[in-house]
Amino acid sequence: MSTLSTNSSKNLDAGQIITDSPSYWSSVRSNLRNDPVTIAFALILLSLLLSAIFADFLAPLDPYKTNMLKRLKPIGTEGFLLGADELGRDMLTRLIYGGRLSLLMGISPVVAALFIGGLLGLTAGFVGGKVNMSIMRVMDVFYAFPSVLLAIAISGALGAGIFNAIISLTIVFIPPIARVTESVTTQIRALDYVEAARASGAKSLTIIRVHIISNVAGPVFVYSTSLISVSIILSSGLSFLGLGTEPPQPEWGLMLNTLRQSIYVNPWVAALPGVMIFLTSLSFNMMSDGIRSAMDIKL
Amino acid sequence: MVAYIIRRILYVIPIALGVSVIIFGLVHIAPGDPLNAVVPPDAPKETVELLIKAYGFDKPLPVQYLIWLGKALEGDFGISYATGRTVSDAIASGVVNTLILAVGGILIGTIMGCLIGALAGYFQGSWVDKLATGFAIAGVSVPHYWLGLVLVIIFSVELNVLPAMGMGPGGSTSWAWNLEHFKHLILPVITLSVIPIGIITRSVRATIAEILTMEFIQTLEAKGLRKSHIFTHVAKNAAPTVLAVSGLQVGYLLGGSILVETVFSWPGTGFLLNDAIFRRDIPLLQGVILVLAMFFVVLNLIVDIAQSVIDPRMNRS
Repeated sequence: MSTLSTNSSKNLDAGQIITDSPSYWSSVRSNLRNDPVTIAFALILLSLLLSAIFADFLAPLDPYKTNMLKRLKPIGTEGFLLGADELGRDMLTRLIYGGRLSLLMGISPVVAALFIGGLLGLTAGFVGGKVNMSIMRVMDVFYAFPSVLLAIAISGALGAGIFNAIISLTIVFIPPIARVTESVTTQIRALDYVEAARASGAKSLTIIRVHIISNVAGPVFVYSTSLISVSIILSSGLSFLGLGTEPPQPEWGLMLNTLRQSIYVNPWVAALPGVMIFLTSLSFNMMSDGIRSAMDIKL
Repeated sequence: MVAYIIRRILYVIPIALGVSVIIFGLVHIAPGDPLNAVVPPDAPKETVELLIKAYGFDKPLPVQYLIWLGKALEGDFGISYATGRTVSDAIASGVVNTLILAVGGILIGTIMGCLIGALAGYFQGSWVDKLATGFAIAGVSVPHYWLGLVLVIIFSVELNVLPAMGMGPGGSTSWAWNLEHFKHLILPVITLSVIPIGIITRSVRATIAEILTMEFIQTLEAKGLRKSHIFTHVAKNAAPTVLAVSGLQVGYLLGGSILVETVFSWPGTGFLLNDAIFRRDIPLLQGVILVLAMFFVVLNLIVDIAQSVIDPRMNRS
């Protein structure tokens, strides 16, 4: 931003400098434009999402069609570009279709936790006092579990299934989101302009709607996108343990689990689903980092 | 400082109680009658009635909780009907095996993380920094169960130089410091160390970068102190952060090793959890989770106290 204003002050008169001075969002946009790495990973993510949505048009074969003659064909077999799995199903097809459940199970817990945890954190931060104490102390208890352990505990007790996996991961992500929301809300609530709004007679709900949410949303959103990366790994991990999706549904973690038995027959086909998990999780992390530095957010 | 430490220790009590409530609740979120979770379906009627009495399923929930807690405090988590062993026996051997992996993972993770992070922090913006940062992000983004599988494919399947699974000859009963057992450690420990390397690298880099901008560094430089001397000052200031981050990582490794233990068939707590999940052995599940969560709570406590001892300014309420 500083280079921008010195450049313009050379060529332009003072009046124009003021109108040229970029708003926050336009500076965020220009930061992002100058960050090819973030853009690249955002594009990868977009293509992963689109290929999952349009799997019916993109996938060359039927994801459920087994073919005993083609079992465990290596990568590059004719008609099976990325090989075939232990039941002779086309890997490329299943990797494309697998994105549907993997992304759904990875993203939806964070979205759900964003609503619930966000609401809890907002309430705790805005009301303060005893309400804050009781909400945050309960969150502390959940914090006492390492996240993988908590996910496995709840999933293990609830039993296998997509919905159960999503519930358990939602519970895992509520406390961290609540904690971040609470700390940002508490900071903003103490600012002078919120005090001014209160003094001029604004109702609490108006203050939350107009002043608090608009300032809290950014950091919490960025933080949540970085959680999606963890969530993708964990949800596929639950499926890998047999706690998420059930066969024959295509899902990356489950595919990794079933192909694990045949690593001595066809090792590299077994590694493919993990590449997809890695790529998705890496893309979310890189994008989150990029947006965070573009928005100049420190958590 | 003493007051802070006492306060911090007292704070463990409500947290531990909360944790136990959640774990107790697991039986009740399990589908079906909680009784089914602790009694095998083919148990004779007298056994069922005996167990109803023993677990207090005929009493109200808070009473049930207190009975369960009382037993758990004595180390009695019930009997795993799947294996017939008492849960506490199974856990004791499992915890040791998991600790072997976790300690190995955290040692490599801390050493590598500090090294890479310090290099990146010192040479900010250089290619070293970019490489290290990229490596760290990859480390925290990689699904470690997949990484384990890839390492097995490379070193066991393709190159055939390292064992793919288990703890080595004699299994978990006769573990010793020898080459054969060491070889079995290599792949799982490396797999586990990747996440801590990533996380520790990131925080060491950020900490060092922040310290280097502080005024006392300028003062030290101005008075002509040698680079190596300045480094000791930087290291001393970075120590509490590194300690906190890697201390907590031990806890995450203990909890997170289940996936890695599954990949390597390592007979630790993760393996027990897996067993518990498949046989729907809820007492075993509760026992393992309770022990691991308590480890984590105590670890948090130790980290906080150690931090306040190293740096008394941290005595926040």
